[in-house]
Amino acid sequence: MSIARSASKKAKPAKSASSRSESRKAWWNRYLASLKYGLHVMTHPFDGFWDLIHEKRGTLAAAHTFLILFLLTRVMKLMLTSFQFISAPTQYINVFEEMGSLALPFIILCLANWAMTTLFDGKGRFKDIYMAMCYALVPYILIQLPMIFVSNMLTFEEGSFYSVLLSVSVIWCVFLVFIGLMEVHDYGPGKTFIFLIVTVLGAAVIIFLILVFFSLLGDAASYFISMYREIIFRLN
Amino acid sequence: MKIMQRILAVLCGIVMLTAVSASQADDGFSTSYTYGYDYWEDVQESPDAYRVAAVIDNSTLGRENLENVLMNKAQSLYVRGNTLYVCDTANNRILEITRSKNNEFKLKRIIKEMTGTENNTFASPYDVFVDPAGNIYVADYDHQRVVMMDKNLKWIRDYTKPTDATFDQSQNFLPKKIVVDVAGRVYALCQNINKGLVKFEEDGFFSGFIGANTVSVSMADYIWKRYFQTKEQRAQTANFVPTEYENVYIDDDGFIYATTIVYSEGDLKWDKAKPIRRLNSLGADILIKNDKFPPIGDLQWVSGAESTGPSKMVDVTVLNDDMYVALDKIRGRLFGYDSQGVLLWAFGTKGNVDGAFTGAVSIEHMGHDLLVLDQQKNNITVFEPTEYSNTIFDAIETYLNGEYDRSAELWQDVLKMNANYPLAFRGIGRAVLRQNKYQEAMDWFKLAHDRENYGRAFKLYRKDWVEQNIWWIILIVAVLLIVPLVLGRVKRTKWEVVMHEHSKVRK
Repeated sequence: MSIARSASKKAKPAKSASSRSESRKAWWNRYLASLKYGLHVMTHPFDGFWDLIHEKRGTLAAAHTFLILFLLTRVMKLMLTSFQFISAPTQYINVFEEMGSLALPFIILCLANWAMTTLFDGKGRFKDIYMAMCYALVPYILIQLPMIFVSNMLTFEEGSFYSVLLSVSVIWCVFLVFIGLMEVHDYGPGKTFIFLIVTVLGAAVIIFLILVFFSLLGDAASYFISMYREIIFRLN
Repeated sequence: MKIMQRILAVLCGIVMLTAVSASQADDGFSTSYTYGYDYWEDVQESPDAYRVAAVIDNSTLGRENLENVLMNKAQSLYVRGNTLYVCDTANNRILEITRSKNNEFKLKRIIKEMTGTENNTFASPYDVFVDPAGNIYVADYDHQRVVMMDKNLKWIRDYTKPTDATFDQSQNFLPKKIVVDVAGRVYALCQNINKGLVKFEEDGFFSGFIGANTVSVSMADYIWKRYFQTKEQRAQTANFVPTEYENVYIDDDGFIYATTIVYSEGDLKWDKAKPIRRLNSLGADILIKNDKFPPIGDLQWVSGAESTGPSKMVDVTVLNDDMYVALDKIRGRLFGYDSQGVLLWAFGTKGNVDGAFTGAVSIEHMGHDLLVLDQQKNNITVFEPTEYSNTIFDAIETYLNGEYDRSAELWQDVLKMNANYPLAFRGIGRAVLRQNKYQEAMDWFKLAHDRENYGRAFKLYRKDWVEQNIWWIILIVAVLLIVPLVLGRVKRTKWEVVMHEHSKVRK
């Protein structure tokens, strides 16, 4: 077994340079196609999400790209939007903290959704859920990123145009999340809705467990530290 | 080892001493006595806005002059011209003090009794008011009346408990604060009356209440009380009643300013508590609030030994141009606001030195000078504006008079003294905008976090920019439209040619 594996590993570098560049090109093409597929998902959510998972039209790489773009959009929105619309205290903002405070709940919610739905015959694997959720972020990126630029050309009185488009992007995203989960798990709308609520509760439990774990870890560490101090004290 | 420790201690001491002396530098620019709040609710120290010019107390007035009875629990101040009236409440008298040049305050007379009536003395006079003709009104608390006399102390009229049915006859008439408008109508703020100010016509006829506080009940409170309490519990808990005001002041335009200190803390920043109000004749609050936060005093409630929670405004006085100064009894601070409700400065503290208070109860003004009465120290502190706040006053005044360029120059002077002053940014921005320097104005408004004015400047800037670059814009749009069209055409032609070749081959 191990021999076979090492053999296959060795076989890879043995491939010719041209075939390697060819496979890279194929990967690249598939990646670009899956990025472009985000547009299709956005406009045809029912078919789009089904094919995304079941016809393997999406790639994890594209999903990562969307998530990163989403985080970047969020941060750029805070930093670059005209101060007439967003007055973020830029002097206090930590970019990585800001990104983390979005990415972490995102991952935890995906995890909670997977943990809950997998018990109630949800068809989606964690990878599928993550991918669908990332693809659901596409309207946010596509609308909000240009709006950062547009906001700098608008005055305060013309702000309704700006705020309407922002809310459209968010509503669109929520809609896509809903449809995405429905298609990924092959649920009906009612069940999806219930599991959205259950997911939030699950996320709360996960966060609670994380907090308990770290506080216990801290207690344990301080126990051993004080024991060490006691021993040193006695020895002296 | 010990020597090392000592050396260290001495070094620490030296460092601390230098630090302390640095923070108390006498240039008046770093005493941290005066401060303001920036857009992010952070405290920003500022140069001193006011300095103590004089302190009036028993010894400066002279014990003999006071007939060897020292001021005791004085409750209120009133200023008319250069004359200061002090309600020496516990001694049942009113002190009339005149101010001469060089800040000399001399006791002119002691008002203890009047002529022309049988009940000719006062019992716990809580407030005094003097109209332009010199008639004196006294809130004679324990005699349950407001008494009016002329300047020679001849009794004119008593305003007593209304016999009207709208006035709860089981209650006593206990006037604590009074104001009188130009028409001679008397407004009395009474203890235990929560329907608003008791209003008397000039002839003493009771004509109703004005400006009642609205009852504020939260939904949760209501549901709890209505559906979850037993009858006995309900009887024991307090009723939902409007609260009384704490103090009143009438400005030159006849609007009554009122302060209240009863509210829930959470309502303050959302402008639901309204600790300072400007009442119109219908009793509605018409105070202008155009800043990010309503005028509530301190935005950060740092807890001290005796001071927790938000500021509690016990009195307010209105300067010219609708600027007003409110007095906070919790931390002994004065908050100055302009007519738009923007904080000009805040200063004051608790303590026993001059310029600090232990029991501040009343504030008045003479021009731009401020007078604060302390009921525990039994003295009156007279503050005079520094160059810094004088420049601010001048800048506001010149702007209102339409001298915009002069105003901008004055704001520049303010910025030299305090580089963290949002009003100055806005003031300069306005002047620069009037000179059609849009981009510069935008920078100033951005510093001031003034969205409306920024939008105004930006709109003009954008118009200019488009007009200047219209040909470039048309060119770029044209290129963006035409290039894809042409490219598509070329591609299509190519494809057609290729297909044509194919069909030829097939044939």
